[in-house]
Amino acid sequence: MRANLFITCLVDTFFPQVGESMVGVLERLGVDVRFPVEQTCCGQPAFNSGYRADARSVAERFVSVFGEALSQGEGEESYVVCPSGSCTAMVKVFYKELFHNEPRILEKLRRITDRTYEFSEFLVEVVGKTDVGARYDGVVTYHDSCHLLRELGVKDAPRELISSVKGLEFREMPLHDSCCGFGGTFSIKFPKVSVSMLDEKLDSITGTGADTVVSSDMGCLMNIGGAISRRGIPVKVMHLAELLANTGKG
Amino acid sequence: MNFERDSARAVGDKKLQSALINVTDRFRAARKRASDETPGWDDLRGRAREIKKHTIAHLDEYLLELERNVRKAGGRVHWARDAEEARNIIIDIARRNGVKSVVKSKSMATEEIGLNDGLEAAGIRAVETDLGEYIIQLAGEHPSHIIAPAIHKTRHDISELFAEKLGVPYMSEPQELTKVARERLRGEFLGAGMGVSGANFGVAETGTIVIVENEGNARLTTTVPPIHVALMGIEKLLPRFGDLSLFLPLLVRSATGQKTSTYISLITGPRRDADKDGPREFHLVLLDNGRSGILADRETRESLYCIRCGACLNNCPVYRKVGGHSYGWVYSGPIGTIINPQLMGIDRAPELPFASSLCGACRDVCPVKIDFPKVLLELRSKVVTRKEKTGQAAAIMEALSFRFWRAVVTHRRIYELALRLSRHAQRPWKRGGVLRSLPYPFSRWTDERDFPAVSETPFRERWRKIDRKGGPR
Repeated sequence: MRANLFITCLVDTFFPQVGESMVGVLERLGVDVRFPVEQTCCGQPAFNSGYRADARSVAERFVSVFGEALSQGEGEESYVVCPSGSCTAMVKVFYKELFHNEPRILEKLRRITDRTYEFSEFLVEVVGKTDVGARYDGVVTYHDSCHLLRELGVKDAPRELISSVKGLEFREMPLHDSCCGFGGTFSIKFPKVSVSMLDEKLDSITGTGADTVVSSDMGCLMNIGGAISRRGIPVKVMHLAELLANTGKG
Repeated sequence: MNFERDSARAVGDKKLQSALINVTDRFRAARKRASDETPGWDDLRGRAREIKKHTIAHLDEYLLELERNVRKAGGRVHWARDAEEARNIIIDIARRNGVKSVVKSKSMATEEIGLNDGLEAAGIRAVETDLGEYIIQLAGEHPSHIIAPAIHKTRHDISELFAEKLGVPYMSEPQELTKVARERLRGEFLGAGMGVSGANFGVAETGTIVIVENEGNARLTTTVPPIHVALMGIEKLLPRFGDLSLFLPLLVRSATGQKTSTYISLITGPRRDADKDGPREFHLVLLDNGRSGILADRETRESLYCIRCGACLNNCPVYRKVGGHSYGWVYSGPIGTIINPQLMGIDRAPELPFASSLCGACRDVCPVKIDFPKVLLELRSKVVTRKEKTGQAAAIMEALSFRFWRAVVTHRRIYELALRLSRHAQRPWKRGGVLRSLPYPFSRWTDERDFPAVSETPFRERWRKIDRKGGPR
């Protein structure tokens, strides 16, 4: 089974350790991991800001890069796997909007979307594993990323993966499915509102007494983590892949 | 309107913040309980959406059917292209009948056309009779929620308001306050020459207007005065009487979580000869005011499916922080972000489609499954297209930065160069692995949050080390 990493520009640029963790977990499960080096961004920033022509041109490139990668399966089952619910939703849900007048691209797109999975969904639905052999000594709470939960409908997979980690105690937070206030450019267009939403999310996290907050999107986590680090709140911020990469050995 | 300014003010208002949390928590829990208890809730929403979709697609036919059947029942029908026409129609009815004072039941459509100010300018007194609306009218304010107009006011605010405006002693018990309002309003009902209501639904098949309420004031407004005028947006139509069996529970359960409301009034024409009471004249004013423009746009047409339950407001994490007044016009919350720009003209509310984190919580609770994120994204693209044409400096700067970004991310080598350059460029701001303050506009992030530093070795460089398998990738 082959996984072509759709690493996302956020992970590539700011959080490469998340990508390394993802590679670690996938390889541990015997998945053949590839990284199509031509990839850059999926185009979501422009799409969400109303710049559709710019988004289309970036998205078209994505379709050709990953179409090419999937065609090199050599008889292997080949997938696209992404550490972000939001970027996965862009490709699986919003590209259809973006290209609704372009049947030629839609046809190419369908072959990609059928094989594209967010990381947690891929592990549980495709690889068929909830226990990936991870160990973590800590109390963990989980923030639902809005796009993973509501655009892709993935709620249980990350929880099953977290609950199967040895040594870990999972505590559900109140308002676990409330937006953290990130929303892409929303966070700088209306910073006061964004931070106010974030305040409530932080209260929700710290109220559980968890020492670690986990999510499936670095967008949410850079918002949540940005306030945690500024305020010196003693909670670790972790992508699900980082949590699962821990084996307790070295 | 200025969403950024007004929302920032709302966020800083401690009293408002606690009121908003209390009210939205209460409404959320009630709606959730009611929907969990209703078998097949999701299918009911799906069916309701299909009926609305069909109705809106055939609005022209159903409106004429409604008109025919209202007339058949002895009512009169008026068509209002915009707010001014609607106001004038209602003022004319009042003048022709020598009406000096009007009682009103809760109606967002009358807010939309500015009816109270219009009546006042024509020398006609208008009194709101819904308790929340009565409070808002005394305070000289506008509703901050579709179904709970005074949620931004605390009990203490209302006690002070009543003491000041009604000359009663300060009293803090809701029961006492309600009693005062009720006593005042009874006189108003009996003395009014005309009652003005909105309409939750209009049934084409029977010419029936349906009003859902809990206080009984709408029942009085539509039955005690000799004339009843109902103002209804043209999208509030249902084809068949039987559709109510689906839409009434969906509306009430989504709105307040009740199984049914205390009063449901079904009004088909004025008093008949055999009736002991009821108005002698019934007028239905059908309001367009921008709705046919929405109808014409396939991509955003579903905005007209809304039945005004308010569930999207209650479940919106943004509304929960900014309250209703930040949205600058009659409708607030997610539904306001999509219909205000379309009804007012997108140039008059260009901020609103952006006043959302696109989290989609609204779509989850909407009884007609309006795809809010999709409509918001459509509207954002319209705003950008319009702005680019204006040639304003800020619009040009934003467009240029996206053009630049596109040039970078569509060329791998330029993208990789940009990664290397930003690694160096960030150094003056980098402290302990993060950026603690950045120049505008990124300062809007770093004022209260650290921003991550661009990694010294981005993933693509690490991959070259990870990738031991060799060969072309």
